[in-house]
Amino acid sequence: MLQLSGVTRIFGGLRAVDGATLKVDAGRIVALIGPNGAGKTTLFACITGFQPIDAGRVDFMGQDITGQPVHRIARRGMVRTFQITQPFAKLTVHENIAVGAYQQFAQRAVAWEHARSVAQQVGMEHMLAQPAADLTVAGRKRLELARALATAPKLLLLDEVMAGLNPSEILEIIGIIRKIRDNGVTVLLIEHVMHAVMSLSDHIYVLSYGKIIAEGNPAEVVNNQAVIEAYLGRGNSAQPAGAGAGTAHA
Amino acid sequence: MQSQLKPVAWKLHCLVLLIALAFPFVFHSSFMVNFGVLALFYAFIGQSWNISGGFAGQLSFGHVAFFGVGAYASTIVQLRFGLSPWWGLPASALAGAVVGGIIAVLSFRAGLKGSYFALITLAFAEVLRIVTNSVSITGGGLGMLIPMKAGAANFQFAERSGFYFVILVLTAASIAIAEWLRHSRFGAHLAAIRENEEAAMALGIDVFAEKVKVMLLSGAMGGVGGCFFAQYFLYIDPTVVFGVDKSVEMLLVSIIGGAGTVYGPLLGAVLLALVSDVTRVWTQTQGLSLVLYGGLLVVIIAYLPNGLIHLFKRRRAAAPARETR
Repeated sequence: MLQLSGVTRIFGGLRAVDGATLKVDAGRIVALIGPNGAGKTTLFACITGFQPIDAGRVDFMGQDITGQPVHRIARRGMVRTFQITQPFAKLTVHENIAVGAYQQFAQRAVAWEHARSVAQQVGMEHMLAQPAADLTVAGRKRLELARALATAPKLLLLDEVMAGLNPSEILEIIGIIRKIRDNGVTVLLIEHVMHAVMSLSDHIYVLSYGKIIAEGNPAEVVNNQAVIEAYLGRGNSAQPAGAGAGTAHA
Repeated sequence: MQSQLKPVAWKLHCLVLLIALAFPFVFHSSFMVNFGVLALFYAFIGQSWNISGGFAGQLSFGHVAFFGVGAYASTIVQLRFGLSPWWGLPASALAGAVVGGIIAVLSFRAGLKGSYFALITLAFAEVLRIVTNSVSITGGGLGMLIPMKAGAANFQFAERSGFYFVILVLTAASIAIAEWLRHSRFGAHLAAIRENEEAAMALGIDVFAEKVKVMLLSGAMGGVGGCFFAQYFLYIDPTVVFGVDKSVEMLLVSIIGGAGTVYGPLLGAVLLALVSDVTRVWTQTQGLSLVLYGGLLVVIIAYLPNGLIHLFKRRRAAAPARETR
């Protein structure tokens, strides 16, 4: 469904994303993890057209979409959410979701009804009349998800929809994301909440300093030495990588 | 906070229309009808600003650009080409839309937003003022005088109430457009763009195209406002129809009444007309009305940041309304 080949994004002297190659198959939940600053959000921005790509290409549903404007990519069925939530603050929850629903339905009544059913799917049906500005962090994250979902995406890119949520809210979101996948939407997610990543994902890519350093199913990835080093630093992994490693970053 | 995309109750529309229709019969002095014409006129051009500035959040300081080209387009059609002044209406709408489209394409293509967009519109209005001042087809600085020939066929009326009903139809149409924005997909797109362009884009909204469309619409309305102005006062010159004061009045009536609301501009316009007539009659002092209006603006921004219309909405919203600024 989604295929990245050698995607690179350079900011001045920094290669924020460096030759990232990955593949998301239809009907799966794929996770993109990595330490802070690894370039995960930048990679999302590159895929969805928010950031230009300096090298490489992005194929979606068998078509090259590299360099296309954001709205055209979204209309093809690849819709993202934002890590820093971007609600339409003065609009109500219902109106926010309706903007998404309007992308499928031109008729007001149909769009609004669809928005209501999406709200139900993500457990927001009792907040429909609330202004988005009044939502809690958990509510805003849900709203991001609902708004994107209302456009009927084929591939949903979720950028840390669980950050800032409490454990019971996380459990709920995990359930919601599973249901979304079961309804036929492919999901690519960035997430720091490890137990969620482990339980949700069919496949995991690990990004560090802009490079994909590992991939595999959850069990393979957690035992991968490069991954442990990326998160905890050298010297903490099971087999220290030779003398002088401890001072390499000094 | 009230819902932004729910339609206004049709009963309210009927009530307002009824009051507006009855007005010239109840107050038939030419002074009062003139007051009504001006209030509706400001409501109309205020709505033109409100469509782009209030609904779509594209604040402009130079809306008079559309107004001015509309005034000139209709007068030129009439005086230079000898067509019926009624042709001035479509001509002025077209001229306003063209200027709106040009400004929109140039500035949105360059990614201008917020105060930068506001300044570019101001600059365009000034350029147009200077250009009309120096070319011959517009009569230059002398302006253009439309000969008085009373008769409905000439878009001139011996009774002011004739103008009253023309501007009433135009204002009603502008309110209908605003109302349509509240329950159409286009209006939802504009609200989304106003609130957050990136999020709007991410959902698949062509932000650039929608912003250009709204400027075409708003520009056409501003142009029609200029056409009405020319027919009512029968004289236009560059400083009158491209004056910064008119841009300011357009945005003030909408902001004071309530930007992004259907009835905001009408409410603000009635207040502006009241303040200007009352001060003119009672104090005979030029310009005092604007001082008063400025003072009102300060009070309203301090206590009713969402405009006068909020007075009514607060009362209607029985739900535990939280103040969000």
